[in-house]
Amino acid sequence: MTTTDTSSPENALPTPSHTVGPFYGYALPFRGGEDVAPLGHPDTVTVHGYVTDGEGTPLPDALLEVWGPAPDGTLPAVDGSMRRDAATGDFLGRNGVEFTGFGRMQTDADGHWYVRTLRPGARGSHAPYLSVCVFARGLLQHLFTRVYFPGDDAALAADPLLSRLEDERRATLIAAEESAGTYRFDIRLQGEGETVFLEFR
Amino acid sequence: MTLTQHDIDQEIAAHHAAYTERVAQGAPVEHHPRRDYAPYRSSVLRHPKQPLVAIDVRRNPELVELSSPAFGERDITETDNDLTRQHTGEPIGERITVSGRLLDRDGRPVRGQLIEIWQANAAGRYAHQREQHDAPLDPNFTGVGRTLTDDEGRYHFTTIQPGPYPWRNHLNAWRPAHIHFSVFGTAFTQRLVTQMYFPNDPLFPYDPILQSVTDDAARQRLVATYDHSLSVPEFSLGYRWDIVLDGPYATWMEEGR
Ligand SMILES: [Fe+3]
Repeated sequence: MTTTDTSSPENALPTPSHTVGPFYGYALPFRGGEDVAPLGHPDTVTVHGYVTDGEGTPLPDALLEVWGPAPDGTLPAVDGSMRRDAATGDFLGRNGVEFTGFGRMQTDADGHWYVRTLRPGARGSHAPYLSVCVFARGLLQHLFTRVYFPGDDAALAADPLLSRLEDERRATLIAAEESAGTYRFDIRLQGEGETVFLEFR
Repeated sequence: MTLTQHDIDQEIAAHHAAYTERVAQGAPVEHHPRRDYAPYRSSVLRHPKQPLVAIDVRRNPELVELSSPAFGERDITETDNDLTRQHTGEPIGERITVSGRLLDRDGRPVRGQLIEIWQANAAGRYAHQREQHDAPLDPNFTGVGRTLTDDEGRYHFTTIQPGPYPWRNHLNAWRPAHIHFSVFGTAFTQRLVTQMYFPNDPLFPYDPILQSVTDDAARQRLVATYDHSLSVPEFSLGYRWDIVLDGPYATWMEEGR
């Protein structure tokens, strides 16, 4: 069953998803996972928030991944997000110059997370956004959502996803500006103000 | 009232019967668990109740999600795929080799992508601070590995057979032995986190996490096959496990394959 017959495509049935569980913390997070922006880059934005469950309780054990384009809208093809030290085997952190577009962070004991990355550029007819993938104990399959940025109302109004949503639901995908370059984006897995999650077909 | 295994067994059977009935009525096969699967108690407050919003990727070829982060040699060290060589001493337990191919839904190899694994040690204990199970830690085993798939989509790990471990879902709950896998595809939409199991584990029917995959054939795909040709003489037992990534991807990105 687990040796896939690649001669006939219909036999390549997908491997089922499972929860990330509670004990990934020593395996998946890496140094500098939340610091995606090259040091001192003028287009740096900070996005932060909480992940909460159906009772509004923050999750201290959620894992988030962020993937986004550069400010000019191009998608990075650069490795080095989790550079390693050949001598010690430890994580070195990023090299401070290159932009990989990929971040990974675990919520802290308060259920809070942050990422510092570059402000994404627009692609096609879409308003600029960061793609976010959410993993957690209890979540049998990860969830995709998006962080959009306030400011350009015309671009947000024309976005192919946002324009399909009712106002209340749409609002869950647009971060709130707290100060120049700092945005709040909470992820509510269930219940009041539940975040819009996406399914790609 | 503490939940017993019997309570959980009944819930598992009810979900399985409901799925069988849906399929008999013409509903599609479900390859993945439903996020709302109450026998796994942690899922109850952590799944969305609103339907997911569908995005047709064919109409949106510029989607960020149709590309994937890149990983390379800088992100890997030489011993990362050998979990038995990460400390000065030999870890305790039965050495195993785990190998297979990473494929997309068309059966084509996914090359140069990152596979990360983590697992409990031979005694069923994770090297994690919050782990409460009082089985012994092994100073020579952390249980974390990483590799990039090769040009045929192959991956290869050398590790230790993990032990089963208890958890607190219900009274006398035990997880069958498993290795956690985290996998990237050519598109972020193909992202997969899952668990690999070992053949003939007597704990399978009791485990609500494995049973959350209600389709019998899909559940079987989480179980590796013992493969004598992967066993290394005088060293390790071999298991084969192929991984097929779901989720749409942009075929126009596949030039040169
Ligand atoms: Fe586990």
